[in-house]
Amino acid sequence: MGELKLMKGNEAIAEAAIRCGCDGYFGYPITPQSEVMETLMVRAPWDKTGMVVLQAESEVAAINMLYGGGGTGKKVMTSSSSPGVSLMSEGISYIAGAEIPCVIVNVQRGGPGLGTIQPSQADYFQATKGGGNGDYNLLVLAPNSVQEMSDFVGLSFELAFKYRNPVMILSDGAIGQMMEKVTLSDYKPRLTNEEIEKKYGDWATIGKKGNRSHNILTSLELNSEQMEENNIRFQAKYKKMKEEEVRYEEYMCDDADYILVAFGSCARICMKSIEMARAKGIKLGLLRPITLFPFPKKPIAELCKRVKGFMTVEMNAGQMIEDVKLSVFDSGILKPVEYYGRMGGIIPSPEEVVSTLEKKLIGGK
Amino acid sequence: MAKIKGTVVIDTEECKGCGLCIGACPQHVLELSNDVNNKGYHFSFMKNPDKFMKDPDECIGCSNCATVCPDACISVYRLKI
Amino acid sequence: MDTNKLTQQDIIRQGEQVYKRPKLLLDNTMHYCPGCSHGVVHRLVAEVIEELGIQEKTIGVCPVGCSVFAYNYIDIDWQEASHGRAPAVATGISRVNPDKFVFTYQGDGDLASIGAAEIMHACNRGENIAVIFINNAIYGMTGGQMAPTTLLGQVTATTPKGRNVERNGYPLKITELIAQLPGTSYVTRQSVETSVSVRKCKTAIKKAFKNALAKKGTSFVEVVSTCNSGWKMSPVKANKWMEENMFPFYPVGDLKDGDKADPALYSKKN
Repeated sequence: MGELKLMKGNEAIAEAAIRCGCDGYFGYPITPQSEVMETLMVRAPWDKTGMVVLQAESEVAAINMLYGGGGTGKKVMTSSSSPGVSLMSEGISYIAGAEIPCVIVNVQRGGPGLGTIQPSQADYFQATKGGGNGDYNLLVLAPNSVQEMSDFVGLSFELAFKYRNPVMILSDGAIGQMMEKVTLSDYKPRLTNEEIEKKYGDWATIGKKGNRSHNILTSLELNSEQMEENNIRFQAKYKKMKEEEVRYEEYMCDDADYILVAFGSCARICMKSIEMARAKGIKLGLLRPITLFPFPKKPIAELCKRVKGFMTVEMNAGQMIEDVKLSVFDSGILKPVEYYGRMGGIIPSPEEVVSTLEKKLIGGK
Repeated sequence: MAKIKGTVVIDTEECKGCGLCIGACPQHVLELSNDVNNKGYHFSFMKNPDKFMKDPDECIGCSNCATVCPDACISVYRLKI
Repeated sequence: MDTNKLTQQDIIRQGEQVYKRPKLLLDNTMHYCPGCSHGVVHRLVAEVIEELGIQEKTIGVCPVGCSVFAYNYIDIDWQEASHGRAPAVATGISRVNPDKFVFTYQGDGDLASIGAAEIMHACNRGENIAVIFINNAIYGMTGGQMAPTTLLGQVTATTPKGRNVERNGYPLKITELIAQLPGTSYVTRQSVETSVSVRKCKTAIKKAFKNALAKKGTSFVEVVSTCNSGWKMSPVKANKWMEENMFPFYPVGDLKDGDKADPALYSKKN
């Protein structure tokens, strides 16, 4: 069994990075996630595992350091918060286009612009629909606990290398700052260049050796036919993710008439709302998407067969509701889909969730 | 006293006719052709290579032309006689 | 030997080849315009990597601009960076692979304009990399617009009446700024318009690469270059224009040759 420790979500990210054999972290301070790099600097993993930790001059530089380091087949990651991730969006698009594995943590805060330092989920669209230019997708994981902050780091690297694609951990300020007990994973050694090549192939740019032709990592292709081919290859990859990587959790859905759909910290609020609703005799359940891309469409389609309606609970103006509506529409069994949320750094209360549910879904229609 | 005889071979299909080698040659043995290569460039070439031995402006194999060539299409040979 | 009867073939057969295309330069025809300085510098980079025997440990980072396709011409592993970010990409590569040799190849728009922050900070940190900086005072790839290094009065697509201080500000001597940074050990300005300057430039590139291999911090080689298409001149005229107009403002020579700064000079008590 792993070591048990009480720590902040941000600290758990840092600890998990060291333990999963991460080769490099490149970041730039921004609230509410600065503890990630601070923890790493205190832990000084370069003495123990050889992991590099570097404070970059900007988020723009940090993401491009991931491009460079990830392009050599090394496990590299960064963390930031919403405005910083906006700055990284160009780099993320290039990384997706050049098919470089890496992990990006977004501990979201309210926007737009500089916004607030309080928690938010307003970067759902940015994370799941693009953010940068071009047809690309990140694989997006949404932790709802400090334990998952820890667990998802290693998982993200596995997925990033499996698909040669950037993976985003979409968290928020509440989970980043909250303290919980965590079962830490055991230390895994960093891989050598030979092990990387054996495990993931010889695409990385670590110096041309032997008879292989030289490796080039680029997102540029001026021949339109070839560029379309590249896009088709990316789309096939995203399709495979949709088939193989959907992760979600159902809570009290078996007998439910109504389903809340929520991720991250909102999902925690919803568990309390369910308790309150059930005390009133409302059979309420929760579907918690763990992967936001690929989105759990099939579980929603299954629920459409037996529930009366859905309500998303989000810390934004209603972003995930679009994916829930699409999932319901594609199931062919149309059920009402409502939304409740707060913006600007406010976390919805369980009471508000239940009263909105009663008004919009149960009483109203 | 040993004397150096030189010559150059230009990949005329790779040459883009920029003319930089002509200016770099101290012996003035290169010029641009009136003909064009498959890319449409008036390529650089050595004037009458087999006769240049008698010419006072003979190639000395100094490699200046190859050194300034942006397309690396000049090979230089030297023979001590 | 009757030298009068020697033919070209005799010299080729009996003589020694004193200049040949470096092996690391791939057969692809470069996309550069006739007379472009990029071709010469590419060849020098290929020659230096070959002579130092470091192909297996070299990773190049190319920019956005005309040399975006540098990866098609030199037979080493390459990463193509986004506009201006090559020094950050090189930092990433070099930090997690300290046993490798990493260099960036950037133009003046890429390095001195959009990428000014990245190059300053990489050089200030003293990343163990080499930087090749092609300064032709114009944006070549996008069709000859003003660059930060464009000279006052110089006509470009976006300064049709010449660069004007009130409207466009001053030409940026970024290499002078770089030389001030404590993380750099070797900062030099070179050119490739004559065989002599090409040979000097090669020596500079070799020194820069050796410095990076020896972990001596950042080495920076500016190459004052021509863009005859952008300048709308023949290659020969462009060289002359460069000598007359660029060299007085961007004088060729070493700006710094030594070691990174002594940390004691930068510590708290100073």
